Amino acid sequence: MKKFLALLLAVVMALGLAACGNNSSTDALTESPLGVKEITKDFEVKADFKIGFICLHDEKSTYDKNFLDAADEVIKALGLTKDQYIIKINVPEGNECYEAAADLVDQGCKVIFANSFGHEDFMLKAAKDFPNVEFCHATGYKAHLENQPNYHNAFASIYEGRYLAGIAAGMKLNEMIASGKITADQAKMGYVGAFTYAEVISGYSSFYLGAKSVCPSVTMEVQFTGSWYDAVEEQNAAEALIARKCVLISQHADSMGAPGACEAAGVPNVSYNGATVEACPETFIVSSRINWAPYFAYIIKCANTGAKIDTDWCGGIAEGSVVLTGINEKAAAKDTLKALKAAVEDLKSGKVKVFDTKNFTVEGKTVTGDNVINGIFEESKTQSAPYFDLKIDGITRLNEKF
Amino acid sequence: MENMAKSEKKNTPLLHIVKRDQGTVTWYYKLIVRAVAILAAILVSGILITILAKANPIEVYGSMVDGVFGSSRRIWNMLQGVAMLLCVSLAVTPAFKMKFWNIGAEGQVLISGLACVATMMFLGDTMPTALLLVVMTVVSVLAGMIWALLPALFKAYWNTNETLFTLMMNYVATQLVAWFLKAFVKNGSGVLTPMPEYGLPVIGGKAYLLNVLLVAVLTIAVYVYLRYSKHGYEISVVGESENTARYIGINVKKVVVRTMLISGAICGIAGLLLVGGTNHTISTTTVGGRGFTAIMVSWLAKFNPLYMVLTSFLLIFLEMGSQQISTDFRISSSIADIVTGIILLFIIGCEFFLQYRVVVSKNRKENVK
Repeated sequence: MKKFLALLLAVVMALGLAACGNNSSTDALTESPLGVKEITKDFEVKADFKIGFICLHDEKSTYDKNFLDAADEVIKALGLTKDQYIIKINVPEGNECYEAAADLVDQGCKVIFANSFGHEDFMLKAAKDFPNVEFCHATGYKAHLENQPNYHNAFASIYEGRYLAGIAAGMKLNEMIASGKITADQAKMGYVGAFTYAEVISGYSSFYLGAKSVCPSVTMEVQFTGSWYDAVEEQNAAEALIARKCVLISQHADSMGAPGACEAAGVPNVSYNGATVEACPETFIVSSRINWAPYFAYIIKCANTGAKIDTDWCGGIAEGSVVLTGINEKAAAKDTLKALKAAVEDLKSGKVKVFDTKNFTVEGKTVTGDNVINGIFEESKTQSAPYFDLKIDGITRLNEKF
Repeated sequence: MENMAKSEKKNTPLLHIVKRDQGTVTWYYKLIVRAVAILAAILVSGILITILAKANPIEVYGSMVDGVFGSSRRIWNMLQGVAMLLCVSLAVTPAFKMKFWNIGAEGQVLISGLACVATMMFLGDTMPTALLLVVMTVVSVLAGMIWALLPALFKAYWNTNETLFTLMMNYVATQLVAWFLKAFVKNGSGVLTPMPEYGLPVIGGKAYLLNVLLVAVLTIAVYVYLRYSKHGYEISVVGESENTARYIGINVKKVVVRTMLISGAICGIAGLLLVGGTNHTISTTTVGGRGFTAIMVSWLAKFNPLYMVLTSFLLIFLEMGSQQISTDFRISSSIADIVTGIILLFIIGCEFFLQYRVVVSKNRKENVK
């Protein structure tokens, strides 16, 4: 009996290993339609230069990992020595952030970067106390309001990445319609969002507009979870959307909850913050993310050449701040790669604008107002962080509580 | 031993454990045991660092010390860290001494911080600074007392489980803060801009000096209260045995409620210092787990406020030190946590050798033959 059990165990483990072998295949992806640009070094880094990074969590969080990976890439590309950078992780969004920044100043940092929204007030305080050091903050909005010359905000026009991902989603819907799997009015997508902030709204609206640009009959339902990272809630939200007959899901939250639910239900998923193809080989289509390396290279260059750092810096496709993963041809519609490559060119040349008011309405009316210039809603122009928060037609919010 | 029957002797285990008579444990024995424990902890975690992180353990320990004492700013941060942790630990100690398991300090401090920040926000510009400081103090202390009073009343009159009750009150406090930020931060970002203009005064040009001095005074006050006052005596008796307390005429209900009110009031001071004296704003993570770490500080010091200065320092040293390790060596913060865990395990574990002694049976050898 014991021998039999041992044999059984061995067989199970062997099968398990074989299964793992099949799953771990990022090679299944095509080349990226909008890949990572190499950082080129076109300036001299001074010997006494030093940069400090402040991260909210550590590499276990996908959000922070994205920053840490970018920092590593820049450090390598610019050839910074061990004495030229300091990375502080697990810095809370409180007075600790001020102390971390002040400690980095003590250690000779010329530029200090912090990555979390709640760090902003404490970075600003440090900027006021140490006027000779440059302070850069991702996702914040106070730089253009405060008039503090050594304090800067940064973001990326990730809405363009979402728009491109939306095109891949729309093409998948078209494929389903063409094959008779759904009718044109059944082309309904689901979206799992974290909070009702502009950052999330701008993201899902651009995703929807991308899909709509190829599949005019598409509609979308959004379910908010009230947390940036809650695997159970995100999974529940995705399952609820699938139960409501959403035939494709995307998300803006940091856990594997939604993509996991899609793989289990066999529903195609457009991901965020990196490829989830290893866990979801059958349903992952494509993913967009912000690449922070170009911004890091930019602030390091400014600090070394004496150039002024922009008060609000919003990196786009040209800067290499918005990137897409490769496409999983198992799940994506045919010729997605080709279509996305063409769309990238259209966005680059300015032929296509994501928030073109010709393409969407709010309560049946075309949008006008301060941010609309020549019929285009100009996202991320007055500040780097997103502020598009209109409730456009075709998108239904299932809950509002967050 | 000598009178034991032969059959019993046969079953005597090789080792057995005997409780020490605490009167016979000399101070130098205690010192040696603790020193050996710390050395052993350093050795074991050193081996682990070498294997897991492939770093030189001596450099790693050097970086820990550097992270705590490396600059005057770091020393001030350490003092501030010790003061804040010690303040919360002082708060839980009277209740623990009474064997009232208050694990709700986190919520009691947070709700006081919320009361304090609300006062700063809504009353800040309506009154002179001196009066504002008085109102902030009163409101914070009252909020902490209310959060502690509820479970105390339920415990005293209906004998509810105080551990669960105080724990649940933490979540209520956290959610109230979340709601407050959602409802009253006008720009909808959920992050409240700090209001240093309404904060506690800065004395001697040092941001944390006032916090440190206040907690130092509080430490002595709690020590004297527990050690020399009638109330302190009553707390010890209730802690040892409620029946004895009743027998000698102590009103147990009164002592429970009164002690928890004191606990809550000190939590209120901690909330005031954290919000009014440090952050000048609030978030759901402002207390940052100090309410739970304080339990360890208090236990390790055997509820003696003076020893708690040392145990708070130990925990802050490990926290700041491990942060510095992960910065200097780019090793995963999990490894820094493992080192902290090992050091704590050895320090707590060595208490065993102070409480008990291991006796090797003398008779066993001849029995085995």
